[in-house]
Amino acid sequence: MDIKLQKVSYAYSVGTPFEKFALFDVDMEIPSNTYHAIIGHTGSGKSTLLQHFNGLLKPTKGIVQVGNRTIEAGKKAKDLKPLRQKVGIVFQFPEHQLFEETVLKDIMFGPMNFGVPEEEAEKRARKGIRQVGLPEEVLAKSPFDLSGGQMRRVAIAGVLAMNPEVIVLDEPTAGLDPRGQKEIMELFYRLHKERGLTTILVTHSMEDAAKYADRISIMHEGRCVLTGTPREIFSDSETLKKYRLEVPRIVKFQKKIEEMIGKPLSKICLTEEELADEVARVVKERERA
Amino acid sequence: MMEKMIFGRFIPGNSFIHQLDPRSKLVFTFIFVIIVFLANNSITYGLLLAFTLFVILISKIRLYFLVNGLKPVIILLLFTFLIHILFTREGNVLLDLGFLKIYEGGLRQGIFISIRFTVLVFMTTILTLTTSPISITDGLEVLLNPLKKLKLPIHELALMMSIALRFIPTLMDETDKIMKAQMARGSDLGSGPIKDRVKAVVPLLVPLFVSAFKRAEDLATAMEVRGYRGGEGRTRYRRLKWDAKDTICIISLVLLTALLIFFRS
Repeated sequence: MDIKLQKVSYAYSVGTPFEKFALFDVDMEIPSNTYHAIIGHTGSGKSTLLQHFNGLLKPTKGIVQVGNRTIEAGKKAKDLKPLRQKVGIVFQFPEHQLFEETVLKDIMFGPMNFGVPEEEAEKRARKGIRQVGLPEEVLAKSPFDLSGGQMRRVAIAGVLAMNPEVIVLDEPTAGLDPRGQKEIMELFYRLHKERGLTTILVTHSMEDAAKYADRISIMHEGRCVLTGTPREIFSDSETLKKYRLEVPRIVKFQKKIEEMIGKPLSKICLTEEELADEVARVVKERERA
Repeated sequence: MMEKMIFGRFIPGNSFIHQLDPRSKLVFTFIFVIIVFLANNSITYGLLLAFTLFVILISKIRLYFLVNGLKPVIILLLFTFLIHILFTREGNVLLDLGFLKIYEGGLRQGIFISIRFTVLVFMTTILTLTTSPISITDGLEVLLNPLKKLKLPIHELALMMSIALRFIPTLMDETDKIMKAQMARGSDLGSGPIKDRVKAVVPLLVPLFVSAFKRAEDLATAMEVRGYRGGEGRTRYRRLKWDAKDTICIISLVLLTALLIFFRS
Protein backbone atom coordinates (compact mmCIF):
# COMPACT_ATOMS: atom_id res chain seq x y z
CA MET A 1 0.00 0.00 0.00
CA ASP A 2 1.33 3.37 -0.94
CA ILE A 3 1.38 5.95 1.78
CA LYS A 4 1.34 9.62 1.03
CA LEU A 5 1.32 12.57 3.43
CA GLN A 6 0.58 16.01 2.08
CA LYS A 7 1.31 19.09 4.18
CA VAL A 8 0.37 17.28 7.36
CA SER A 9 0.38 19.37 10.54
CA TYR A 10 -0.72 18.19 13.93
CA ALA A 11 -1.39 20.10 17.14
CA TYR A 12 -2.08 18.69 20.58
CA SER A 13 -4.87 20.16 22.75
CA VAL A 14 -6.38 22.23 19.97
CA GLY A 15 -8.51 25.04 21.32
CA THR A 16 -6.98 25.18 24.80
CA PRO A 17 -4.15 27.36 26.12
CA PHE A 18 -1.95 24.25 25.97
CA GLU A 19 -2.25 24.01 22.17
CA LYS A 20 1.05 22.94 20.75
CA PHE A 21 2.04 21.97 17.25
CA ALA A 22 4.07 18.80 16.99
CA LEU A 23 4.15 18.50 13.19
CA PHE A 24 4.48 21.18 10.55
CA ASP A 25 3.67 20.64 6.87
CA VAL A 26 5.11 17.15 6.63
CA ASP A 27 5.28 15.76 3.11
CA MET A 28 6.24 12.14 2.78
CA GLU A 29 5.80 9.40 0.22
CA ILE A 30 6.30 5.75 1.02
CA PRO A 31 5.69 3.44 -1.96
CA SER A 32 4.49 -0.14 -1.52
CA ASN A 33 7.02 -2.76 -0.40
CA THR A 34 9.70 -0.30 0.61
CA TYR A 35 11.53 -0.26 3.91
CA HIS A 36 11.40 3.31 5.09
CA ALA A 37 13.26 4.54 8.17
CA ILE A 38 12.33 7.71 10.01
CA ILE A 39 15.12 9.06 12.17
CA GLY A 40 15.30 12.14 14.36
CA HIS A 41 16.33 13.45 17.71
CA THR A 42 14.07 13.02 20.76
CA GLY A 43 10.99 15.24 20.45
CA SER A 44 11.30 15.64 16.70
CA GLY A 45 7.73 14.44 16.12
CA LYS A 46 8.50 10.89 14.99
CA SER A 47 6.04 9.21 17.33
CA THR A 48 3.30 11.73 16.56
CA LEU A 49 3.85 11.16 12.87
CA LEU A 50 3.56 7.39 13.01
CA GLN A 51 0.15 7.54 14.69
CA HIS A 52 -1.17 9.17 11.53
CA PHE A 53 -0.50 6.06 9.46
CA ASN A 54 -3.51 4.19 10.89
CA GLY A 55 -5.74 7.04 11.91
CA LEU A 56 -5.00 7.04 15.64
CA LEU A 57 -4.38 10.73 15.18
CA LYS A 58 -6.11 12.89 12.64
CA PRO A 59 -4.12 15.64 10.98
CA THR A 60 -4.97 19.16 12.14
CA LYS A 61 -4.11 20.31 8.63
CA GLY A 62 -3.30 18.38 5.46
CA ILE A 63 -4.09 15.00 3.97
CA VAL A 64 -2.99 11.48 4.84
CA GLN A 65 -3.42 8.83 2.17
CA VAL A 66 -2.94 5.15 2.94
CA GLY A 67 -3.75 2.87 0.04
CA ASN A 68 -7.15 3.97 -1.18
CA ARG A 69 -8.14 5.48 2.17
CA THR A 70 -7.87 9.23 2.62
CA ILE A 71 -7.99 11.04 5.93
CA GLU A 72 -8.34 14.75 5.56
CA ALA A 73 -8.14 17.46 8.18
CA GLY A 74 -11.52 18.84 9.18
CA LYS A 75 -13.46 15.90 7.76
CA LYS A 76 -15.00 13.12 9.84
CA ALA A 77 -13.03 9.90 9.57
CA LYS A 78 -15.50 7.06 9.97
CA ASP A 79 -14.89 3.36 10.38
CA LEU A 80 -11.13 3.23 10.64
CA LYS A 81 -11.11 -0.51 11.35
CA PRO A 82 -10.21 -1.68 7.83
CA LEU A 83 -7.33 0.80 7.84
CA ARG A 84 -6.14 -0.37 11.26
CA GLN A 85 -6.20 -3.97 10.09
CA LYS A 86 -4.00 -3.13 7.12
CA VAL A 87 -1.56 -0.98 9.07
CA GLY A 88 -0.12 -2.74 12.10
CA ILE A 89 1.75 -0.63 14.62
CA VAL A 90 4.29 -2.09 17.00
CA PHE A 91 4.53 0.60 19.64
CA GLN A 92 7.48 1.25 21.90
CA PHE A 93 7.59 -1.38 24.63
CA PRO A 94 4.74 -3.34 23.03
CA GLU A 95 4.84 -5.85 25.91
CA HIS A 96 2.85 -3.29 27.91
CA GLN A 97 -0.23 -4.06 25.84
CA LEU A 98 -0.47 -7.74 26.85
CA PHE A 99 -3.49 -8.52 28.99
CA GLU A 100 -5.01 -11.93 28.28
CA GLU A 101 -4.78 -15.07 30.42
CA THR A 102 -2.79 -16.96 27.83
CA VAL A 103 -0.38 -16.00 25.11
CA LEU A 104 -2.62 -17.69 22.56
CA LYS A 105 -5.63 -15.56 23.49
CA ASP A 106 -3.56 -12.41 23.44
CA ILE A 107 -2.24 -13.06 19.96
CA MET A 108 -5.77 -13.86 18.79
CA PHE A 109 -7.13 -10.60 20.22
CA GLY A 110 -6.12 -8.52 17.20
CA PRO A 111 -7.38 -10.79 14.41
CA MET A 112 -10.65 -11.52 16.25
CA ASN A 113 -11.31 -7.81 16.62
CA PHE A 114 -11.14 -7.58 12.86
CA GLY A 115 -13.66 -10.35 12.42
CA VAL A 116 -11.34 -13.26 11.70
CA PRO A 117 -12.98 -16.58 12.75
CA GLU A 118 -11.58 -18.28 15.84
CA GLU A 119 -9.98 -21.24 14.05
CA GLU A 120 -8.23 -19.02 11.56
CA ALA A 121 -7.03 -16.72 14.37
CA GLU A 122 -5.60 -19.68 16.24
CA LYS A 123 -3.84 -20.89 13.10
CA ARG A 124 -2.30 -17.45 12.68
CA ALA A 125 -1.23 -17.41 16.34
CA ARG A 126 0.57 -20.74 15.94
CA LYS A 127 2.28 -19.49 12.81
CA GLY A 128 3.09 -16.14 14.38
CA ILE A 129 4.68 -17.54 17.52
CA ARG A 130 7.06 -19.65 15.44
CA GLN A 131 7.85 -16.67 13.22
CA VAL A 132 9.00 -14.64 16.19
CA GLY A 133 11.20 -17.52 17.29
CA LEU A 134 9.32 -18.90 20.29
CA PRO A 135 8.26 -22.55 20.83
CA GLU A 136 4.56 -23.37 20.56
CA GLU A 137 4.42 -24.42 24.22
CA VAL A 138 4.54 -20.73 25.12
CA LEU A 139 1.01 -20.31 23.75
CA ALA A 140 -0.52 -21.99 26.80
CA LYS A 141 1.38 -19.84 29.30
CA SER A 142 0.32 -16.57 30.85
CA PRO A 143 2.08 -13.68 29.12
CA PHE A 144 3.05 -12.32 32.55
CA ASP A 145 5.15 -15.42 33.29
CA LEU A 146 7.46 -14.73 30.37
CA SER A 147 10.74 -12.82 30.34
CA GLY A 148 10.82 -9.26 28.98
CA GLY A 149 12.29 -10.34 25.66
CA GLN A 150 9.75 -13.12 25.23
CA MET A 151 6.89 -10.75 26.07
CA ARG A 152 8.11 -8.38 23.37
CA ARG A 153 8.08 -11.24 20.86
CA VAL A 154 4.57 -12.26 21.87
CA ALA A 155 3.36 -8.68 21.44
CA ILE A 156 4.95 -8.53 18.00
CA ALA A 157 3.30 -11.84 17.08
CA GLY A 158 0.00 -10.24 18.14
CA VAL A 159 0.45 -7.48 15.58
CA LEU A 160 1.67 -9.85 12.87
CA ALA A 161 -1.39 -12.07 13.36
CA MET A 162 -3.54 -9.22 12.05
CA ASN A 163 -1.88 -9.88 8.67
CA PRO A 164 -1.13 -6.22 8.04
CA GLU A 165 0.15 -4.98 4.71
CA VAL A 166 2.04 -2.14 6.30
CA ILE A 167 3.93 -2.52 9.53
CA VAL A 168 5.03 0.49 11.54
CA LEU A 169 7.76 -0.07 14.12
CA ASP A 170 8.40 2.44 16.87
CA GLU A 171 11.82 1.68 18.33
CA PRO A 172 11.09 -2.03 18.37
CA THR A 173 14.40 -2.94 20.03
CA ALA A 174 14.47 -0.39 22.88
CA GLY A 175 15.56 -2.01 26.12
CA LEU A 176 16.62 -5.34 24.64
CA ASP A 177 20.09 -6.86 24.92
CA PRO A 178 22.30 -6.55 21.81
CA ARG A 179 21.59 -10.09 20.67
CA GLY A 180 17.84 -9.67 21.09
CA GLN A 181 18.03 -6.38 19.21
CA LYS A 182 19.74 -8.00 16.27
CA GLU A 183 17.31 -10.93 16.23
CA ILE A 184 14.27 -8.69 16.24
CA MET A 185 15.62 -6.47 13.49
CA GLU A 186 16.51 -9.51 11.37
CA LEU A 187 13.05 -10.90 12.00
CA PHE A 188 11.36 -7.79 10.69
CA TYR A 189 13.65 -7.66 7.70
CA ARG A 190 12.85 -11.28 6.86
CA LEU A 191 9.11 -10.63 7.18
CA HIS A 192 9.48 -7.53 5.05
CA LYS A 193 10.97 -9.65 2.27
CA GLU A 194 8.82 -12.75 2.70
CA ARG A 195 5.43 -11.10 3.07
CA GLY A 196 6.17 -8.16 0.81
CA LEU A 197 5.34 -5.75 3.61
CA THR A 198 5.72 -2.02 3.54
CA THR A 199 7.84 -1.39 6.61
CA ILE A 200 8.21 1.92 8.41
CA LEU A 201 10.88 1.96 11.09
CA VAL A 202 11.09 4.80 13.58
CA THR A 203 14.45 4.58 15.26
CA HIS A 204 17.30 6.24 17.08
CA SER A 205 19.75 3.76 15.74
CA MET A 206 21.60 5.05 12.69
CA GLU A 207 23.10 1.58 12.32
CA ASP A 208 19.71 -0.07 11.86
CA ALA A 209 18.55 2.63 9.49
CA ALA A 210 21.70 2.27 7.41
CA LYS A 211 21.54 -1.50 7.36
CA TYR A 212 17.92 -2.18 6.52
CA ALA A 213 16.22 0.86 5.03
CA ASP A 214 15.69 1.57 1.35
CA ARG A 215 14.99 5.19 2.12
CA ILE A 216 15.43 7.39 5.16
CA SER A 217 13.56 10.52 6.26
CA ILE A 218 14.94 12.86 8.88
CA MET A 219 12.54 14.58 11.24
CA HIS A 220 13.63 17.72 13.01
CA GLU A 221 11.46 19.88 15.24
CA GLY A 222 8.26 18.59 13.69
CA ARG A 223 9.38 18.94 10.09
CA CYS A 224 10.51 16.36 7.60
CA VAL A 225 13.79 18.01 6.62
CA LEU A 226 15.48 15.42 4.44
CA THR A 227 14.62 12.25 2.55
CA GLY A 228 16.96 10.03 0.58
CA THR A 229 18.70 6.69 0.31
CA PRO A 230 20.94 5.74 3.26
CA ARG A 231 24.01 6.42 1.17
CA GLU A 232 22.82 9.93 0.32
CA ILE A 233 21.80 10.68 3.90
CA PHE A 234 24.94 9.40 5.58
CA SER A 235 27.41 10.89 3.15
CA ASP A 236 26.79 14.34 4.58
CA SER A 237 27.74 14.25 8.23
CA GLU A 238 27.68 18.07 8.50
CA THR A 239 23.98 18.28 7.70
CA LEU A 240 23.26 15.43 10.08
CA LYS A 241 25.09 17.25 12.85
CA LYS A 242 22.82 20.23 12.29
CA TYR A 243 19.87 17.95 13.14
CA ARG A 244 21.70 16.58 16.18
CA LEU A 245 22.22 13.20 14.53
CA GLU A 246 25.35 11.25 13.81
CA VAL A 247 26.51 8.97 11.04
CA PRO A 248 26.57 5.23 11.79
CA ARG A 249 29.65 3.85 13.54
CA ILE A 250 30.78 2.12 10.38
CA VAL A 251 30.77 5.42 8.46
CA LYS A 252 32.79 7.04 11.23
CA PHE A 253 35.27 4.20 10.98
CA GLN A 254 35.46 4.68 7.24
CA LYS A 255 36.30 8.36 7.77
CA LYS A 256 39.18 7.35 10.02
CA ILE A 257 40.50 4.94 7.40
CA GLU A 258 40.21 7.62 4.76
CA GLU A 259 42.29 9.94 6.94
CA MET A 260 44.92 7.23 7.34
CA ILE A 261 45.27 6.46 3.64
CA GLY A 262 44.91 10.12 2.74
CA LYS A 263 42.12 9.78 0.15
CA PRO A 264 38.41 9.06 0.18
CA LEU A 265 37.09 5.61 -0.69
CA SER A 266 34.95 5.31 -3.80
CA LYS A 267 31.64 5.16 -1.89
CA ILE A 268 30.07 5.47 1.56
CA CYS A 269 29.93 1.99 3.09
CA LEU A 270 26.92 1.09 5.20
CA THR A 271 27.89 -2.34 6.50
CA GLU A 272 31.05 -3.94 7.83
CA GLU A 273 31.18 -6.28 4.83
CA GLU A 274 31.01 -3.44 2.34
CA LEU A 275 33.77 -1.53 4.11
CA ALA A 276 36.00 -4.62 4.32
CA ASP A 277 35.60 -5.25 0.58
CA GLU A 278 36.29 -1.63 -0.21
CA VAL A 279 39.45 -1.57 1.95
CA ALA A 280 40.63 -4.86 0.45
CA ARG A 281 40.21 -3.38 -3.01
CA VAL A 282 42.29 -0.33 -2.11
CA VAL A 283 44.99 -2.51 -0.57
CA LYS A 284 45.17 -4.66 -3.71
CA GLU A 285 45.38 -1.59 -5.91
CA ARG A 286 48.31 -0.29 -3.85
CA GLU A 287 50.12 -3.60 -4.04
CA ARG A 288 49.77 -3.56 -7.78
CA ALA A 289 51.09 -0.02 -8.03
CA MET B 1 -7.40 12.04 24.60
CA MET B 2 -6.44 12.69 28.18
CA GLU B 3 -4.80 15.96 27.37
CA LYS B 4 -7.99 17.94 27.94
CA MET B 5 -8.21 17.10 31.65
CA ILE B 6 -7.90 20.18 33.76
CA PHE B 7 -8.94 18.71 37.09
CA GLY B 8 -6.27 19.05 39.76
CA ARG B 9 -4.01 21.01 37.49
CA PHE B 10 -1.51 23.43 38.97
CA ILE B 11 -0.64 26.59 37.06
CA PRO B 12 2.68 28.01 38.15
CA GLY B 13 2.70 31.74 38.72
CA ASN B 14 3.94 34.48 40.94
CA SER B 15 0.81 36.25 42.11
CA PHE B 16 -0.05 37.21 45.67
CA ILE B 17 -2.11 34.04 45.98
CA HIS B 18 0.67 31.87 44.59
CA GLN B 19 3.11 33.25 47.14
CA LEU B 20 0.93 32.46 50.13
CA ASP B 21 1.92 29.68 52.48
CA PRO B 22 -0.07 26.51 51.76
CA ARG B 23 -1.12 26.40 55.41
CA SER B 24 -2.83 29.78 55.26
CA LYS B 25 -4.45 28.89 51.96
CA LEU B 26 -5.74 25.59 53.30
CA VAL B 27 -7.09 27.14 56.48
CA PHE B 28 -8.55 29.99 54.46
CA THR B 29 -10.35 27.71 52.02
CA PHE B 30 -11.59 25.45 54.78
CA ILE B 31 -13.05 28.30 56.83
CA PHE B 32 -14.37 30.02 53.71
CA VAL B 33 -16.33 26.91 52.77
CA ILE B 34 -17.99 27.11 56.19
CA ILE B 35 -18.72 30.84 56.35
CA VAL B 36 -20.31 30.76 52.90
CA PHE B 37 -23.31 29.32 54.72
CA LEU B 38 -23.59 32.43 56.90
CA ALA B 39 -24.83 34.43 53.95
CA ASN B 40 -28.60 34.73 53.72
CA ASN B 41 -29.47 38.01 51.99
CA SER B 42 -28.47 40.14 49.02
CA ILE B 43 -25.82 42.11 50.90
CA THR B 44 -24.04 39.05 52.28
CA TYR B 45 -24.18 37.12 49.00
CA GLY B 46 -22.98 40.24 47.23
CA LEU B 47 -20.09 40.42 49.66
CA LEU B 48 -19.12 36.80 49.01
CA LEU B 49 -19.29 37.30 45.27
CA ALA B 50 -17.25 40.51 45.39
CA PHE B 51 -14.66 38.89 47.63
CA THR B 52 -14.32 35.88 45.32
CA LEU B 53 -13.98 38.10 42.25
CA PHE B 54 -11.29 40.05 44.05
CA VAL B 55 -9.38 36.85 44.85
CA ILE B 56 -9.67 35.71 41.22
CA LEU B 57 -8.36 39.07 40.11
CA ILE B 58 -5.25 38.99 42.27
CA SER B 59 -4.58 35.31 41.55
CA LYS B 60 -4.15 36.23 37.85
CA ILE B 61 -5.81 32.96 36.87
CA ARG B 62 -7.60 33.07 33.57
CA LEU B 63 -11.35 32.68 33.92
CA TYR B 64 -11.20 29.78 31.48
CA PHE B 65 -9.82 27.42 34.12
CA LEU B 66 -12.37 28.40 36.70
CA VAL B 67 -15.26 27.95 34.34
CA ASN B 68 -13.80 24.59 33.44
CA GLY B 69 -13.73 23.67 37.10
CA LEU B 70 -17.40 24.55 37.21
CA LYS B 71 -18.29 22.18 34.36
CA PRO B 72 -18.74 19.02 36.46
CA VAL B 73 -21.26 20.73 38.75
CA ILE B 74 -23.10 22.73 36.14
CA ILE B 75 -25.94 20.22 35.86
CA LEU B 76 -26.30 20.12 39.64
CA LEU B 77 -26.28 23.90 39.61
CA LEU B 78 -29.02 24.20 37.00
CA PHE B 79 -31.04 21.51 38.73
CA THR B 80 -31.04 23.21 42.13
CA PHE B 81 -31.73 26.55 40.48
CA LEU B 82 -34.80 25.13 38.76
CA ILE B 83 -36.01 23.35 41.89
CA HIS B 84 -35.89 26.59 43.82
CA ILE B 85 -37.54 28.60 41.11
CA LEU B 86 -40.34 26.10 40.65
CA PHE B 87 -41.08 25.09 44.19
CA THR B 88 -40.43 28.09 46.44
CA ARG B 89 -43.64 30.00 47.03
CA GLU B 90 -42.69 33.31 48.65
CA GLY B 91 -43.25 36.95 47.84
CA ASN B 92 -44.90 38.37 44.75
CA VAL B 93 -45.70 36.37 41.66
CA LEU B 94 -43.31 37.44 38.92
CA LEU B 95 -44.60 35.28 36.12
CA ASP B 96 -47.90 33.48 35.85
CA LEU B 97 -48.20 30.88 33.15
CA GLY B 98 -51.30 29.35 34.61
CA PHE B 99 -49.94 25.89 35.25
CA LEU B 100 -46.88 27.27 36.99
CA LYS B 101 -46.15 30.42 38.91
CA ILE B 102 -42.73 31.85 39.46
CA TYR B 103 -42.40 33.72 42.72
CA GLU B 104 -39.97 36.46 43.63
CA GLY B 105 -38.73 34.41 46.58
CA GLY B 106 -38.05 31.43 44.35
CA LEU B 107 -35.99 33.45 41.93
CA ARG B 108 -34.05 35.00 44.79
CA GLN B 109 -33.37 31.64 46.42
CA GLY B 110 -32.33 30.15 43.08
CA ILE B 111 -29.85 32.93 42.46
CA PHE B 112 -28.50 32.73 46.02
CA ILE B 113 -27.89 29.00 45.82
CA SER B 114 -26.20 29.38 42.44
CA ILE B 115 -23.91 32.04 43.87
CA ARG B 116 -23.11 29.78 46.79
CA PHE B 117 -22.18 26.93 44.46
CA THR B 118 -20.13 29.06 42.12
CA VAL B 119 -18.24 30.74 44.93
CA LEU B 120 -17.42 27.41 46.57
CA VAL B 121 -16.20 25.84 43.36
CA PHE B 122 -14.19 28.91 42.37
CA MET B 123 -12.43 29.17 45.70
CA THR B 124 -11.48 25.50 45.91
CA THR B 125 -10.37 25.53 42.27
CA ILE B 126 -8.19 28.54 42.96
CA LEU B 127 -6.58 26.63 45.81
CA THR B 128 -5.56 23.74 43.57
CA LEU B 129 -4.67 25.95 40.62
CA THR B 130 -2.29 28.14 42.61
CA THR B 131 -0.75 25.59 44.98
CA SER B 132 1.47 22.80 43.76
CA PRO B 133 0.33 19.35 44.92
CA ILE B 134 3.55 18.99 46.89
CA SER B 135 2.90 22.15 48.89
CA ILE B 136 -0.69 21.10 49.52
CA THR B 137 0.45 17.83 51.06
CA ASP B 138 3.23 19.60 52.99
CA GLY B 139 0.72 22.06 54.34
CA LEU B 140 -1.75 19.34 55.24
CA GLU B 141 0.89 17.33 57.01
CA VAL B 142 1.83 20.26 59.22
CA LEU B 143 -1.78 21.22 59.88
CA LEU B 144 -2.73 17.67 60.81
CA ASN B 145 0.37 17.20 62.95
CA PRO B 146 -1.53 17.54 66.25
CA LEU B 147 -3.44 14.39 65.34
CA LYS B 148 -0.21 12.43 65.69
CA LYS B 149 -0.89 12.52 69.42
CA LEU B 150 -3.85 10.28 68.65
CA LYS B 151 -1.46 7.80 67.02
CA LEU B 152 -2.75 8.61 63.55
CA PRO B 153 -0.09 7.98 60.86
CA ILE B 154 -0.15 11.54 59.50
CA HIS B 155 3.23 11.42 57.81
CA GLU B 156 2.34 8.21 56.01
CA LEU B 157 -1.00 9.64 54.92
CA ALA B 158 0.65 12.76 53.55
CA LEU B 159 3.24 10.66 51.75
CA MET B 160 0.55 8.47 50.22
CA MET B 161 -1.26 11.56 49.05
CA SER B 162 1.78 13.10 47.44
CA ILE B 163 2.69 9.85 45.72
CA ALA B 164 -0.85 9.48 44.43
CA LEU B 165 -0.83 13.04 43.11
CA ARG B 166 2.58 12.59 41.59
CA PHE B 167 1.45 9.57 39.60
CA ILE B 168 -1.79 10.95 38.19
CA PRO B 169 -0.14 12.39 35.06
CA THR B 170 2.04 9.31 34.65
CA LEU B 171 -0.96 7.02 34.75
CA MET B 172 -2.83 9.28 32.35
CA ASP B 173 0.01 9.03 29.85
CA GLU B 174 0.11 5.31 30.35
CA THR B 175 -3.64 4.96 29.79
CA ASP B 176 -3.37 6.97 26.61
CA LYS B 177 -0.55 4.78 25.32
CA ILE B 178 -2.25 1.49 26.11
CA MET B 179 -5.51 2.74 24.68
CA LYS B 180 -3.78 3.57 21.42
CA ALA B 181 -1.98 0.24 21.32
CA GLN B 182 -5.24 -1.66 21.77
CA MET B 183 -7.05 0.54 19.26
CA ALA B 184 -4.30 -0.27 16.77
CA ARG B 185 -5.17 -3.92 17.41
CA GLY B 186 -8.77 -3.24 16.48
CA SER B 187 -10.26 -2.78 19.93
CA ASP B 188 -13.19 -0.39 19.78
CA LEU B 189 -13.44 1.93 22.75
CA GLY B 190 -16.33 4.33 23.01
CA SER B 191 -18.68 2.84 20.44
CA GLY B 192 -21.14 0.01 20.22
CA PRO B 193 -23.53 -1.30 22.88
CA ILE B 194 -22.70 -0.95 26.59
CA LYS B 195 -21.81 -4.65 26.91
CA ASP B 196 -19.11 -4.35 24.26
CA ARG B 197 -17.80 -1.18 25.78
CA VAL B 198 -17.41 -2.74 29.19
CA LYS B 199 -15.60 -5.63 27.55
CA ALA B 200 -13.28 -3.22 25.77
CA VAL B 201 -12.16 -1.82 29.12
CA VAL B 202 -10.52 -5.09 30.18
CA PRO B 203 -7.63 -4.85 27.69
CA LEU B 204 -7.09 -1.36 29.06
CA LEU B 205 -7.32 -2.02 32.78
CA VAL B 206 -5.23 -5.18 33.02
CA PRO B 207 -2.05 -3.67 31.55
CA LEU B 208 -2.67 -0.50 33.54
CA PHE B 209 -2.86 -2.40 36.83
CA VAL B 210 0.15 -4.51 35.96
CA SER B 211 2.26 -1.45 35.28
CA ALA B 212 0.95 0.42 38.33
CA PHE B 213 1.93 -2.46 40.60
CA LYS B 214 5.30 -2.71 38.95
CA ARG B 215 5.81 1.01 39.37
CA ALA B 216 4.80 0.87 43.04
CA GLU B 217 7.27 -1.90 43.67
CA ASP B 218 10.07 -0.04 41.90
CA LEU B 219 9.29 3.11 43.85
CA ALA B 220 9.29 1.27 47.17
CA THR B 221 12.64 -0.29 46.35
CA ALA B 222 14.10 3.04 45.24
CA MET B 223 12.94 4.69 48.48
CA GLU B 224 14.33 1.95 50.65
CA VAL B 225 17.64 1.96 48.81
CA ARG B 226 17.93 5.65 49.57
CA GLY B 227 17.38 5.00 53.24
CA TYR B 228 13.75 5.96 53.73
CA ARG B 229 12.54 4.80 57.13
CA GLY B 230 9.32 6.75 57.59
CA GLY B 231 8.77 10.18 59.10
CA GLU B 232 10.70 9.67 62.33
CA GLY B 233 13.39 12.33 62.68
CA ARG B 234 13.02 13.42 59.08
CA THR B 235 13.99 17.00 58.28
CA ARG B 236 12.52 19.04 55.46
CA TYR B 237 14.04 20.38 52.30
CA ARG B 238 11.12 22.69 51.59
CA ARG B 239 10.49 24.78 54.68
CA LEU B 240 7.11 26.41 55.02
CA LYS B 241 7.40 30.09 55.84
CA TRP B 242 4.64 32.15 57.37
CA ASP B 243 5.00 35.83 56.54
CA ALA B 244 3.03 39.07 56.50
CA LYS B 245 1.05 38.05 53.41
CA ASP B 246 -0.35 35.05 55.23
CA THR B 247 -1.33 37.17 58.19
CA ILE B 248 -3.08 39.58 55.81
CA CYS B 249 -4.89 36.64 54.26
CA ILE B 250 -6.15 35.40 57.63
CA ILE B 251 -7.10 38.93 58.76
CA SER B 252 -9.13 39.43 55.59
CA LEU B 253 -10.90 36.19 56.36
CA VAL B 254 -11.73 37.34 59.88
CA LEU B 255 -12.99 40.65 58.49
CA LEU B 256 -15.15 38.87 55.94
CA THR B 257 -16.62 36.66 58.65
CA ALA B 258 -17.36 39.69 60.82
CA LEU B 259 -19.05 41.51 57.92
CA LEU B 260 -21.12 38.46 57.06
CA ILE B 261 -22.30 38.09 60.65
CA PHE B 262 -23.03 41.81 60.87
CA PHE B 263 -25.05 42.06 57.67
CA ARG B 264 -26.89 38.76 57.75
CA SER B 265 -30.54 38.98 58.59
